[in-house]
Amino acid sequence: MAEKLLEIKDLKQHFNVGRPNLVKAVDGVSFDIFKGETLGLVGESGCGKSTTGRSIIRLYEATDGQVLFNGENVHGKKSTADLKKFNRKMQMIFQDPYASLNPRMTVADIIAEGIDIHGLAKTKKERMEKVYELLATVGLNKEHANRYPHEFSGGQRQRIGIARALAVDPDFIIADEPISALDVSIQAQVVNLMKKLQKEKGLTYLFIAHDLSMVKYISDRIGVMYFGKLVELAPADELYNNPIHPYTQSLLSAIPLPDPETERTRTRTAYNPSVHQYKEGEELQMREVKPGHFVYCSEAEYNQYKLQYKS
Amino acid sequence: MEKLLEVKDLKVSFHTYGGEVQAVRGVSFDLYKGETLAIVGESGSGKSVTSQTLMKLIPMPPGEIKGGQILFKGQDIVPKTEKEMQAIRGKDISMIFQDPMTSLNPTMRIGTQIMEVIIKHQDISKEKAKERAIELLKLVGIPMPEKRVNQYPHEFSGGMRQRAMIAIALAARPSLLIADEPTTALDVTIQAQILDLMKELQSKMDTSIIFITHDLGVVANVADRVAVMYAGEIVEMGTVDEIFYDPRHPYTWGLLASMPSLDNDGETELAAIPGTPPDLTNPPVGDAFAPRNPNALAIDYEQEPPVYQVSETHFVKSWLLHPDAPAVEPPASVKEKIRPLSTNFDIPVLVKGDL
Repeated sequence: MAEKLLEIKDLKQHFNVGRPNLVKAVDGVSFDIFKGETLGLVGESGCGKSTTGRSIIRLYEATDGQVLFNGENVHGKKSTADLKKFNRKMQMIFQDPYASLNPRMTVADIIAEGIDIHGLAKTKKERMEKVYELLATVGLNKEHANRYPHEFSGGQRQRIGIARALAVDPDFIIADEPISALDVSIQAQVVNLMKKLQKEKGLTYLFIAHDLSMVKYISDRIGVMYFGKLVELAPADELYNNPIHPYTQSLLSAIPLPDPETERTRTRTAYNPSVHQYKEGEELQMREVKPGHFVYCSEAEYNQYKLQYKS
Repeated sequence: MEKLLEVKDLKVSFHTYGGEVQAVRGVSFDLYKGETLAIVGESGSGKSVTSQTLMKLIPMPPGEIKGGQILFKGQDIVPKTEKEMQAIRGKDISMIFQDPMTSLNPTMRIGTQIMEVIIKHQDISKEKAKERAIELLKLVGIPMPEKRVNQYPHEFSGGMRQRAMIAIALAARPSLLIADEPTTALDVTIQAQILDLMKELQSKMDTSIIFITHDLGVVANVADRVAVMYAGEIVEMGTVDEIFYDPRHPYTWGLLASMPSLDNDGETELAAIPGTPPDLTNPPVGDAFAPRNPNALAIDYEQEPPVYQVSETHFVKSWLLHPDAPAVEPPASVKEKIRPLSTNFDIPVLVKGDL
């Protein structure tokens, strides 16, 4: 298997620690991301998928656990220079293209902000050339550089967001619901662009979304989150054809498909956490049911899942 | 079947500083009793304006109904005054909005908000109205309705709020329910529940539903018939099978092809529709979709396409159905699903007038 770019070990992100309204948004999540792959992260709103993304890039200070990027811990005490190094390698594309671009800055300044901070351009001319090149990469024109965000449509703004993320030549991009705010026809444009860029630049993506059919399309592997925990992690096809965790099964049964006939005959399964009937003291953890296919379960369930697999 | 609503050549414009925006440019459709009509299209295609005009909810000015008729149970709504409309809203036609967070009053108890509709439209005592509110909450599947009726919206989850919205909308037993992206803000699992609930209530109450959405998966699930809107016009209309298994308009193809299917392996590129929707201050001459259509014909840029009828229920506004038009293949992912429908005419028939 390819080399690991990112290792997330028992990441915990709690809010309001020490107060009665403690929220365990992410509660012990571990997974790896390999170089050049796209890992999809799905789940309902409030399951902690966005928080996981934000903790990885250190927008939040993690409560516990480690995020190893190329073997080095992202969290913990860091000098400004070290931080800069990480920020250059890891970038983020945000959900709302309306809120994530500064309305008072021109597109050129938005895209070049990272270039300026990291001192990647020596002269003004070089800086603008980089901006033009980035605009061309994401399918916008040179002339767009001096305009302001409000002059663009949602899809175009998301392209600007992508250009900004690419400006510092990152290895790893976290895309937090990058297409949820866009129209169907525009969604496909942005997803195609992201796939193209990945091929050309060898990028690694963490793609966070709740639109399962799009996630399936773009991802190599998919992780399903439920209440701050990763409950299943498997290659995309495997997850869709062979969902093991009851929550994954219920999630998959709820996706509406653009086909009237399958819709007429669809049966939905609801997820009821009590089906597990965990006994006290049972150890719950991610267990590998099949090579590459992990499920969060107890020992007894693990044996049962394995049996199911064989038959 | 009995016609509940007839919309004829409806035109709606907004007067802005940038000029007159022609949001709806001649839309006609019928709605039968007990059926669900889905209106799909991108943002800015005029689907929400069309539906809001049916209840005359668009602010006038800047909005203006430039022409056309909306016949509800045979009566034209267009010339009605605000006062007359207030008697219709909520009683005969009601609406569910996209965002249950902002469309409920945060300072009023859920029960009071339901009772408001009942008391307004029925001569009924407060106690009776409350009983009815509890019944309604039970009907939309809210547990412990006796307790919930006294709670405020912030004590409800997103899915529960949308259920409460449905309860309010159905309180006076309207014959037409307009649902404007009712599940867009919800998670898939909750969305599934709400869609099931709406279908169940529809069969119980025999309500007609106009369902506005851009999610074709949802359309396939709920709709009997589908109208596809683009740039303020209906470009294709047919039964749900006709739209999904025998689409004829290139824009419908584009919409269908840009959604990945679950058996797509991720190797083939998605067929995105290039470009962006047109500016409706100066609507394009000819076919509005032509600039984004890779197979546009020369005539598309000159003359507005006529409407062709493919079957009793299937209408398409495109030059592609003209006998002299070259044969254009739909994208592969759409073609896979195309199947011959027995209800189709031998050849498409030209229809006089607009959709």
